[in-house]
Amino acid sequence: MTYLLVLIAAIVVNNFVLTYFVGICPFIGVSKKLDSALSMGIAVTFVMTLTSIVTWLITHFILIKLNMPYLEYVAYIVVIASLVQFVEMFIKKTLPSLYKALGIFLPLITTNCAILFVALLQAMRSYGFLESIVFGFGAGVGFTLAIVIMAGIREQLELSDIPRPFQGAAVTLVTAGVLALAFMGFSGLLSA
Amino acid sequence: MTDITIEAPTKQRSILFEFAKGFVKENPTFVQVLGMCPTLAVTTTVVNGMGMGLATLFVLALSGLVASAVKRIVPGEVRIPVYTVIIATFVTLADLFMRAYVPPLSKALGPYVPLIVVNCIIMGRIEAFASKNPVVPSLVDAVGMGLGFTVSLMVLGALRELLGHGTLFGVDILGPGFRPMLVMVLPPGAFLSLGILMAAFNAVKDRNKLVLVGG
Repeated sequence: MTYLLVLIAAIVVNNFVLTYFVGICPFIGVSKKLDSALSMGIAVTFVMTLTSIVTWLITHFILIKLNMPYLEYVAYIVVIASLVQFVEMFIKKTLPSLYKALGIFLPLITTNCAILFVALLQAMRSYGFLESIVFGFGAGVGFTLAIVIMAGIREQLELSDIPRPFQGAAVTLVTAGVLALAFMGFSGLLSA
Repeated sequence: MTDITIEAPTKQRSILFEFAKGFVKENPTFVQVLGMCPTLAVTTTVVNGMGMGLATLFVLALSGLVASAVKRIVPGEVRIPVYTVIIATFVTLADLFMRAYVPPLSKALGPYVPLIVVNCIIMGRIEAFASKNPVVPSLVDAVGMGLGFTVSLMVLGALRELLGHGTLFGVDILGPGFRPMLVMVLPPGAFLSLGILMAAFNAVKDRNKLVLVGG
């Protein structure tokens, strides 16, 4: 039951993009087309889940054991950067079709703040090992959901007549605001 | 995302220009649309916006300085990881400092302080400027950009605090008759107010351009 709660909370109630504002760069930059948005979402979910597992192990078996919590940020960012590199090489060798579909999005993920945020939050909330995995996965699914909805809306926006000053990032932000307003409706879901 | 202009190391531009461009011409928030995550997340009040801006300024200036100083020693292929570790080190310093001396601010900013590590403004400035220029101009560029970022955060923070709480810097401005718009300090308000501010910024820039052309 706890796992289910963690999962639902990460996907809709505390959606990473719409309530924590992490991963905004790809959310605005890669949400012009539905299929690239979906690829980005899948790549992020994949890396987030892996990051969650690896940083949990590092926090509990290295940083805490050696009493060096102040190295947390340096350790996390190095782990994420090398993990993305590793995942890229691995997918390239074993699943070339998936590699082609993800393309440029894989290396871009290193600088996606949502990944680091997953590592930080699970350490801050002292989740257990399984909870961390569920949390990382849920956060990724939440990101995918938000970016896919956004891409769908933006494909429609292309056809509409937007006042000049609002063109580009401004209208995307206002749209995201309305979307965030809608997602706030989910916050009643877990209050019981 | 607007594309970042990657300038060649131009010697003829004055130091003053490198300093001033961060405020309007290449403002990191409104023109380059970088560093959105802290911009949206912590601007519920002016003070939070200022704290985040200054912390980013600190990291930006010192990592720009160090990155510029080591640019000849670091091989091109591994520069990104090296820069990342430099940035993460200064973020850790800033975080520990804030926890020790301004605990309420540190608490209010929460996990967004460590997220400065992945703030694209910092990597962007190092890649576009500090890694190609001498130490002093890099420092000036970083301080200018950092201050431009701080001002943007404070403007956004002021708007949201004023409409969401009716206060500025915690001082009551709009009086007891004002009914606070709670939504402004909640997540949707962040997106809406930044979008509207950005449109206003574009409109002013467009108008100035028209005046210049027409006059």
